[in-house]
Amino acid sequence: MKCDIIIAGVGGQGILSIATVLGRAVIAKGWRLKQAEVHGMSQRGGAVQSHVRISDQPVASDVIPLGGADLVVSMEPMEALRYLPWLSTDGWLMVNKTPVENIAVYPEVEPIYKEIETWPRNMLFDGEAMAAEAGSARALNMVMLGAASIILPLEASVLEAGIQAQFAPKGEQVVETNLAAFRAARALAEKRKSELE
Amino acid sequence: MQNRLLLLGDEAIAQAALDAGISGAYAYPGTPSTEILEYIQRAPEAAERNIHREWSANEKTAMEEALGMSYAGRRALVSMKHVGLNVAADPFINSAITGANGGLVVVVADDPFMHSSQNEQDSRAYAKFAGIPVLEPADQQEAYDMVAHAFDLSEQMKLPVLFRITTRLAHSRADVVRVPPRAQNPIRIPEDDRQFVLLPANARMHYAELIEKQKELLEHAEQSPYNEFTPGTDRSIGIIATGLTRNYLEENYRDASCPYAVLTIRQYPVPPKLVAQLFDCCDEVLVVEEGYPFVEEMVRGLLPGPKPIHGRLDGWLPRTGELTPGDLACALQIERGKVRAVPGMVRPRPPQLCRGCPHIDSYNFLNEAVKDYDGYRVFSDIGCYTLGALPPHTAIHSCVDMGASVTMAKGAADAGIFPSLAVIGDSTFTHSGITGLLDAVHENSNVVILILDNGIVAMTGMQTSLATGRLEAICTGIGVAADHIRVVTPLKKHHEENIRILREEIEFNGVSVLISRRPCIHVKRKL
Repeated sequence: MKCDIIIAGVGGQGILSIATVLGRAVIAKGWRLKQAEVHGMSQRGGAVQSHVRISDQPVASDVIPLGGADLVVSMEPMEALRYLPWLSTDGWLMVNKTPVENIAVYPEVEPIYKEIETWPRNMLFDGEAMAAEAGSARALNMVMLGAASIILPLEASVLEAGIQAQFAPKGEQVVETNLAAFRAARALAEKRKSELE
Repeated sequence: MQNRLLLLGDEAIAQAALDAGISGAYAYPGTPSTEILEYIQRAPEAAERNIHREWSANEKTAMEEALGMSYAGRRALVSMKHVGLNVAADPFINSAITGANGGLVVVVADDPFMHSSQNEQDSRAYAKFAGIPVLEPADQQEAYDMVAHAFDLSEQMKLPVLFRITTRLAHSRADVVRVPPRAQNPIRIPEDDRQFVLLPANARMHYAELIEKQKELLEHAEQSPYNEFTPGTDRSIGIIATGLTRNYLEENYRDASCPYAVLTIRQYPVPPKLVAQLFDCCDEVLVVEEGYPFVEEMVRGLLPGPKPIHGRLDGWLPRTGELTPGDLACALQIERGKVRAVPGMVRPRPPQLCRGCPHIDSYNFLNEAVKDYDGYRVFSDIGCYTLGALPPHTAIHSCVDMGASVTMAKGAADAGIFPSLAVIGDSTFTHSGITGLLDAVHENSNVVILILDNGIVAMTGMQTSLATGRLEAICTGIGVAADHIRVVTPLKKHHEENIRILREEIEFNGVSVLISRRPCIHVKRKL
């Protein structure tokens, strides 16, 4: 068993929290993982990504080879396209629609959406609205984890325990918001999956 | 004790050092090495055992403090990024001549591809230059295991050991299994009073000893469990894979074993007998290493050798940058499926100053104050404010090394540039700016030094700045005239006033220091 994921976004969007929850869940299962992160200068609003590699066997490379990812999950539409070369032909592309327009010339967003929708297994949705509905726009990262969870070789309960552990220091309300965000996106992703099959 | 932990490569090294019984860890923040000391600062056992874990002013002071702890017979860890070793080069090279007393491990994190750096220098070359061994782990577990080995080797050989990692390992997490911790060493001063006194007569003697030790270091490398020879079935190529490149090789043979003989090197000096063993069972050799073609050049030699050698020097692998599993697949002609290209509409997204960052206001008043001067130049430095080179600020003309803003501004002023300004952060100033300012004061150079004081080391993730609360005293102390040390607050409402003050100091013929002070917007978040 192996599952290779790229989590993409813009520095400051909370990519590392997704990776941390995933890591905790994998360790709890007794599996192996490698998780390459971006620290330093790029975290200041630049393009960032994390490679997460889960397996029941030892993982060799810290980075996923091109064409090897089972899933690219992106907090931002243009960032999703940046990692297409890593995506396996039967991999999933899950993308939050809200652009982060922090560069001088941000491209037209409609062609970006179109390009995403040409990918056979895609899920393009308004994750930010879903997070807001769950209680906080800041829960976008757990929305994206919820969507990704349908492909991960981990039970929802193990991931939810990871979310509990991650947000417990911030209080019960924050935990509940993040769990709600996770569950809503997971349900939507299940629906999308059955549509495509 | 929790046995199985999920750790960054940096954190695995930190935990291993705690478990190897260090009494002190020393560092200056620098990507990708920062998380080593940060982990030790957070570790409860470090507080319980009263292990030294405060940031140093720069890598040189960190290295010397670690050497002092080694002198006392106790184990010390010093960590830095690759260019930090340039700053620490003097004590580093000379610590090979004095040798270590307590175990001394120098962790250096190289940054191939320059993710967060200004060059790709390979620290293995420094270790060879100094004549000390190098350990280069392939993964997080080895990073953990090899730290204990490094301390043992250091004490056995009475030499510092360089522990080389690269960004990929430093900033990648994996599960790591711990071993029970070892006790700290007691204080035990060197038996020979001459060991640390590098008078020429002593140094000549020590240097001869260091040369003599090289044979033993080679023998250690030949016998090291971290240097492995694996036979192959296909003679056409033999592979030398150093450090984490072994992972990229394995990645390409996930479903079948590698048909070629492989020598993995994780302990240096390069072991000639093992290399000869590989040569004996292949027709051509591929050398795979992260960083410089360091082993490749040695194996290749100056004149044509017995076999063709391939690697970064002949284009089998890229000459620069960070390697990938795909680079190896290409070199070994392993078929890979077609991949989708990045669509043309995707634009680069470089990092930038955060919204609300005080540096933005500083650059706004700086740009405004200098715009009417023809030929003004702004020399800058290493930190978040380096991003002032990019639009919309495009405010600076240089970024070279820690502290170079002050000294280059002085040199340019010497050459006749006016106005000549420096922009440096508070922590970069105490790292390496003070001595340059002393030069300027000594010659009464016509420069304006802007110190952007955000009260923290921001770029590397909010570490304590040793400058906090000391800047005016430092500048006064080295002789800047008190009425030309001006303090402003970079906020929109002070914009006009800040322009006026900066212009006054530009017009003053001498050394001015303008401290632009407002805390980093992340400081409160961190607290």
